[in-house]
Amino acid sequence: MSAAARARLGKIVLPMIVILLVIAIWWIVVVRTESAIFPTPWQVVAGALELARDGTLWEHIGASLFRVGTGFGLALVVAIPLGLWMGWVGGVYRTLNPIFQMLRPISPIAWIPLAILWFGVGDVSPIFLIFISSVFPMIVQTTSGVHTIERRYLRAAANFGVSRSVLFRRVVIPAVLPEIIVGMRIGIGVAWLVVVAAEMIALRSGLGYLIMDSRNAGNRYDLVIASMIIIGVIGLLLDGITRLLERLKTVRWRYVR
Amino acid sequence: MSGKKIVVAGVTKSFASNQGMLPVIEEVSFGVDDGEFVAIVGPSGCGKSTLMNIVAGFERPDRGSVKVDGSERIGPSPKGIVISQYGSVFPWLTVQQNLMFGLNGEGHGDKAALADHYAAMVGLKGFEAAYPHELSGGMLKRVELARAFVVKPEILYMDEPFSALDALMNLRMRTELLRILDEERHTVLLITHDVEEAVYMANRILVLSPRPTKIQATFEVTLPHPRRLSSPEAQGLREAILKELGV
Repeated sequence: MSAAARARLGKIVLPMIVILLVIAIWWIVVVRTESAIFPTPWQVVAGALELARDGTLWEHIGASLFRVGTGFGLALVVAIPLGLWMGWVGGVYRTLNPIFQMLRPISPIAWIPLAILWFGVGDVSPIFLIFISSVFPMIVQTTSGVHTIERRYLRAAANFGVSRSVLFRRVVIPAVLPEIIVGMRIGIGVAWLVVVAAEMIALRSGLGYLIMDSRNAGNRYDLVIASMIIIGVIGLLLDGITRLLERLKTVRWRYVR
Repeated sequence: MSGKKIVVAGVTKSFASNQGMLPVIEEVSFGVDDGEFVAIVGPSGCGKSTLMNIVAGFERPDRGSVKVDGSERIGPSPKGIVISQYGSVFPWLTVQQNLMFGLNGEGHGDKAALADHYAAMVGLKGFEAAYPHELSGGMLKRVELARAFVVKPEILYMDEPFSALDALMNLRMRTELLRILDEERHTVLLITHDVEEAVYMANRILVLSPRPTKIQATFEVTLPHPRRLSSPEAQGLREAILKELGV
């Protein structure tokens, strides 16, 4: 077996075998136990196709993605400048870091009652929750990125006598960019976890709502599982898209050697 | 002393440590003429790099002063560029962008053309668009040298510049550096623990004592370039310096 073939076996074939094995066991167990409620894999596929055909699936996916996109986007716009500022100015770090460290371990789910109180049950509540959940990891990562810039680069910039704006644009931001991308991956992952949880409680659309609604409206566990799988696949895609940023030429240095 | 490019007068520096103040540099004074190549050799840990940092403006002495062109040196400046052991080529910029980094004022004309000129001079032609992680250690050192030459610094401060390279590349870079200096005529202050490197390149060699360091001996090197380290004069000089260092 050639090295390339062996690499493909490890990367694609083996994981596929595991997935197929899980599906096979699931199928056998459901058929053997003659469960009246738990669906077979095929029933899940059929349920998903039914939702896709009447268009409701796309509406739910669209609603969830819209909330994640807005909340995450706002968090990004706040977290990067704030993280850079905190990293660069010691006084700002000492002033703001304690409160952020205290807010950070509070589960975004704990904010749901306050979100409903402040913003009602519309789109704003989940957007707020997503913002809360993704802004702190991105601030922390950006700040630590500034703190870990190697001194020799700052010294070289000082040696060449560049202006503050050049220092920031050509040295600080590119040096921190790989950490910002790590923060974005963490942030988008948490955001996707939170949107589903938030929609289960407060809303009338989105993939989280679809799960609760399918259960409440006649124990449609085929749709519950279909939604779960779709959530997993979309989460994977979101991470994959964020990871594409790691291929930017200006951040490659961080991932080689 | 008025014609000197660099005048170091009575520089003294201590660092705080657990056992109180640790004196590192004691009353070091010397001058460097315009266009001169001065090497400072000393045992490791003697405070060579601290002395370099003070002369280049990155640290302040406790006492004494450093004057460049007659005026007090306060901070780092593009008039004197530091080349250090570990290098500071920006990994997120291409070779050409690195070379253009220091050219941010007006009056440099075509920056890209200037960068490419120096890239060619150090043997980086064809690598202008490469990123540093795609280059070898020797190539990176060339990028760093070229980036310094582009801003036409009057002084090069070299702190063990080639010691991270393998022996062969180290020898090659010495020769290259001398070739470029022949064209560009900079004042050079080289700090090294490698006596042969100093004998091969410098006009004058200052030998530092162990910590707290002071200048223990000075050697003028009048051998013409290109020097052969195996010549009796070079060997004699090398042995005299090693003797000062107690080896």
